[in-house]
Amino acid sequence: MSASSNNNNFSKGTDLAVIVLYLIMVAIGIMCVFMVEYNPNLDWSNSFLTAKTNYSKQIYFAIFCAFVAIFILLIDSKLFTALANISYVLGILLMLATFVLGKNINGSKSWIPIAGGFNLQPAELCKIFTALILAKFISKPETDFTKLKSHIIAGFMIALPAVLSIMQHEMGLALVYSAFIFAMYREGLPPVILVILLSFAILVIATLLLEPSTLAIIITAIAGLVIANMIKRFKRNKNNIIMVIAIWAMCFGTVRFAVPYIFNNVFECYQSTRIYSMIGKEYDCSLNKKSASSTTLKKSKKPDDYNVKQSKIAIGSGGFWGRGFLKGTQTRGKYVPEQHTDFIFTSLGEAFGFVGTFTFLALYLFFLFRLIRIAERQRSTFSRVYAYSVVGIFFFHIAVNICMTIGLFPVVGIPLPLISYGGSSLLTFTTLLFILLRLDADRQMVLR
Amino acid sequence: MSMYNSNRGGIIQIIIGVIFFFIIAQLISLQIFSSKYVLAANNNAIFRKIIYPDRGIIYDRKKRALLENTISYDLVVIPNEAKGVDTATLCAILKIDKAAYTKRMVEVIVKNSRVKIGVFEPFLSAELYAQLTENLYRFPGFSLSERSIRSYPYNTAAHVLGYVAEVDVNFLQKHGEEGYEMGDYAGMTGLEKQYESILMGQRGVKRYLRDNKGKIQGAFEKGQFDTLAIAGRNLYTSMDVEVQQLAEKLLQHKIGSVVALNPKTGSVIAMASSPGYNPNLLTGNQRRKTIGRLLTDTARPIYNRAIKGQYPPGSTFKPLGALIALDEGLITPSFGYNCFGLYTSCGDPRKCEHHNAGHAANLQLALANSCNSYFLQVFRMAIDNPKYHNAKLGYLKWKEYMNSFGLGRKLGIDLPSENRANIPDTAQYNKDFGGAKYWNSCYMLTLGIGQDRMTSTPLQLANAMAFIANKGYYYTPHFIDSVEEEDDRDKELLVNFRTKQEVTKIPTEYFDIIKEGMHGVTVFGTAAFIKVPGHEFCAKTGTAQNPHGKNHSLFVCFAPKDNPTIAVAVVVENAGFGATWAGPIAGLVMEKYLNDTLTKESKTKVDYLSNVDLMPAAIKQWYVQNNKTEMLTPIEYNNDELADIWDMEMVSEVAPIKPKVDTLKKMDTLTKPIPPAAPVPKTKSSKENALNPKLKKKKVNSKLTNVSI
Repeated sequence: MSASSNNNNFSKGTDLAVIVLYLIMVAIGIMCVFMVEYNPNLDWSNSFLTAKTNYSKQIYFAIFCAFVAIFILLIDSKLFTALANISYVLGILLMLATFVLGKNINGSKSWIPIAGGFNLQPAELCKIFTALILAKFISKPETDFTKLKSHIIAGFMIALPAVLSIMQHEMGLALVYSAFIFAMYREGLPPVILVILLSFAILVIATLLLEPSTLAIIITAIAGLVIANMIKRFKRNKNNIIMVIAIWAMCFGTVRFAVPYIFNNVFECYQSTRIYSMIGKEYDCSLNKKSASSTTLKKSKKPDDYNVKQSKIAIGSGGFWGRGFLKGTQTRGKYVPEQHTDFIFTSLGEAFGFVGTFTFLALYLFFLFRLIRIAERQRSTFSRVYAYSVVGIFFFHIAVNICMTIGLFPVVGIPLPLISYGGSSLLTFTTLLFILLRLDADRQMVLR
Repeated sequence: MSMYNSNRGGIIQIIIGVIFFFIIAQLISLQIFSSKYVLAANNNAIFRKIIYPDRGIIYDRKKRALLENTISYDLVVIPNEAKGVDTATLCAILKIDKAAYTKRMVEVIVKNSRVKIGVFEPFLSAELYAQLTENLYRFPGFSLSERSIRSYPYNTAAHVLGYVAEVDVNFLQKHGEEGYEMGDYAGMTGLEKQYESILMGQRGVKRYLRDNKGKIQGAFEKGQFDTLAIAGRNLYTSMDVEVQQLAEKLLQHKIGSVVALNPKTGSVIAMASSPGYNPNLLTGNQRRKTIGRLLTDTARPIYNRAIKGQYPPGSTFKPLGALIALDEGLITPSFGYNCFGLYTSCGDPRKCEHHNAGHAANLQLALANSCNSYFLQVFRMAIDNPKYHNAKLGYLKWKEYMNSFGLGRKLGIDLPSENRANIPDTAQYNKDFGGAKYWNSCYMLTLGIGQDRMTSTPLQLANAMAFIANKGYYYTPHFIDSVEEEDDRDKELLVNFRTKQEVTKIPTEYFDIIKEGMHGVTVFGTAAFIKVPGHEFCAKTGTAQNPHGKNHSLFVCFAPKDNPTIAVAVVVENAGFGATWAGPIAGLVMEKYLNDTLTKESKTKVDYLSNVDLMPAAIKQWYVQNNKTEMLTPIEYNNDELADIWDMEMVSEVAPIKPKVDTLKKMDTLTKPIPPAAPVPKTKSSKENALNPKLKKKKVNSKLTNVSI
């Protein structure tokens, strides 16, 4: 098999199941945007193709993405490895450029206006570039991913666009970069790091939930119990006891200093408020250093759990069977803010009920498992790392977005892949996915 | 090297699976096990609009509408949309200033929030309505909304019909489960209250979809959950508008009451109470001006004396006393009493109006001449009846008769707050005289001539006449004969009015004797000069002494004698002899009802009677002292003049006279059952006061008048 014959028949070796799922998802997405926008008083059949409504725009986005997808499937898969480094650098440069050229949309300065009233969000594109450079780095023969040094380099590659995103007030996008942990874990990141991250997460939540002094007593008590239990071993090896004490000190430091520091100095006031409101507490914005200087104080006056409350009402009112297509009262009444983008899941939940949401989730779960299967059948490390990056990014978006709409996660503005309205987001996910499919189609011939 | 980690793909799958599991668990909890979200969603998005049906109409016996519905317009506003309003023009049209505009706007917002419609100015006059429609484009957010209000084409029967008013917090608490809401209107008194459930009809509910800003998006589910408003059903009475108007006219410048019943059915033909008021003055924007004035008036014009006034029946009681004695076998029709103008058997002599010998030679004569001595004797015989061994048991038997005649108890007429008046209990006498052993028939002797502690309402007296006219039974007095499209529940409601109340077993021949006696009254007795052209009738006059002032003038009668179709009771307070004032009024009422018209002679009598001023001096004094226009009487049957009545100065030729002490005392006691400024509408009257400092002053003064006595 030669490269040229592959070019002539691009569907050969391409995973059809994923393409079908992709098309279903995009169709569901357009339907959901239509439900949100639907107004019985207007003749919707006319406005379908006029590009004046969101759903007709989304259709144009989808058509454009179809061309992009075909184009990706037609180019040589070697190009992706070749362009990995330079595209990453380009991406970072674009992100830096937003600080100069950026347009303010919804309070985040992360968009670059391009022709025709469309805007480009470099942070979105950087996800793809980061996935590529990570794959390239790990797949290099000289890289030994069991070494700490490699971990740190990989971590730096991921952290750079994440930090830039935070600087652009795009907390959600920054969080997405943590999705690369899947790929790194698969390639040899020690599980201890996952455990440590998990413990840290538990500790942060515990800090928010419990009184500081109560938590300090609990941590100390656990440390004391461990020492008492393993007293004999400590006699043999003094290092162990030092280790336990060091962990105890770190925990204590996290609770006492790190968490308050993050909430008061790193997060914006509204972000802290959202996280606190998740667990039913109120955050005192006067503690927040950032809000003291910025003018976002007014924003926090509106009850911050309004979105989540309305979102839960919309989903909950769907019941088992749902209200029916176009019959959702909350959707019609526009009770859920940002329903066509971040809260698109609510329109589905209200209209089709538990049956609809369950089917939808099952579809997505099947999609993710299919991607993992594709990842595992790759013979090249590059393709596998890239595939796991795609899995991670998709999964992270889905999990965080849905958890946010049903009140399991604080509100961060990240879209539901392939469903939410938005050309940038649809283009990113299409590109991500079809690069993977292109790599997968060539899995037999190249060993990168 | 990476191949060693191939099991990690499985671990990643497990992690994804676990997270999805949590998501689905939360979805199950939200969508399947929490019903509160559906409720919350409906509260959010479904706006219930109540559609008010027209209230039912009440007709008289000739299908003339005693009250109707007319359309009135309110100026309403959605505060949120009232931006860029030409306030200067609006204020000029409504004749308010800028501050009042702001104040009303705030009131609307407080009551109904910014996004809902609230009433800015209710009950627009025709002139205002025209001006506002022309200029409405200058007032964004404002609109005109239709509302149905009551009107009374005959300006009559205010006490009977009652009025409709906006419900208050108290009402909502009492009627919590009947679906009333703030801003609704409901019948507050009279028939409007009694038959509220029938008259109000069934309110319809329309459901609209509303968006997050409270704007209506259209019908919810194409209106398939909407319920239609069902108009209130009409009520049919046996009242006669013309008789009612006549009765009211005859009572002008007097305090008193007229009740006319049809003995054959118990239906009320007319019920008037004076002073009264024009019912049109309590509808629409008139109400605000009127209600405070009505509630503070010392003559209490909103008090329905026909069912609440308690009067000693005086001599009108005598036929009943005779009936008891006949039934108990104590006397025969030929029983006579030798009266020389005094009754002395109980020591302290009691006066009789007649001295001539033989004026009480038999029952008929005694009735016709209204001999006091005769009936005092008859009463004593009933109480000291040897059959019952002692006075107490005798009295109890007598009281039983009284109650079965409908005295001393509520008759159950279909009006709210009927008074039972009083037939004293033995307990009261036991208390007064130190025990059952210590009193006998002499102690409450004047009960025999309808005095002592016995009181009755005009309605009870009219009913007693119906009882005699029917020779032993009556139908519970009532207004409503039938309901439009009557259903089982209505039948249940009216069943009492259609059941013959045969409470005694007195043989009809005794009634014949009494009737003969009462006929004698009109032929050669105390009422011989009262005639009803073309009809023989039976009557009894009454002149009830009352400790507080001039005698009350009473008259009871029924006609025609042999086939009675009307029974009338008339009371004129502090007027003197029953035959002088109450009698002619009753005669004219009967004539109007039986002949449907009045003779020329009778018409002049009407003019004369309606202009006679029998108002107690103390009340006139009150009007003069408080600089009140005498707005309540007379009621003119002409809509155009309504406004003038209100502005009319009281034309009183009486210079401020010093009130007689006893007259004022009488007023004082009369006010006991209901204090002058009834506490119920306190908030309203206080509002009125705030608006009009004059009213406040008047209130203080009225207190002074009472205290200074």
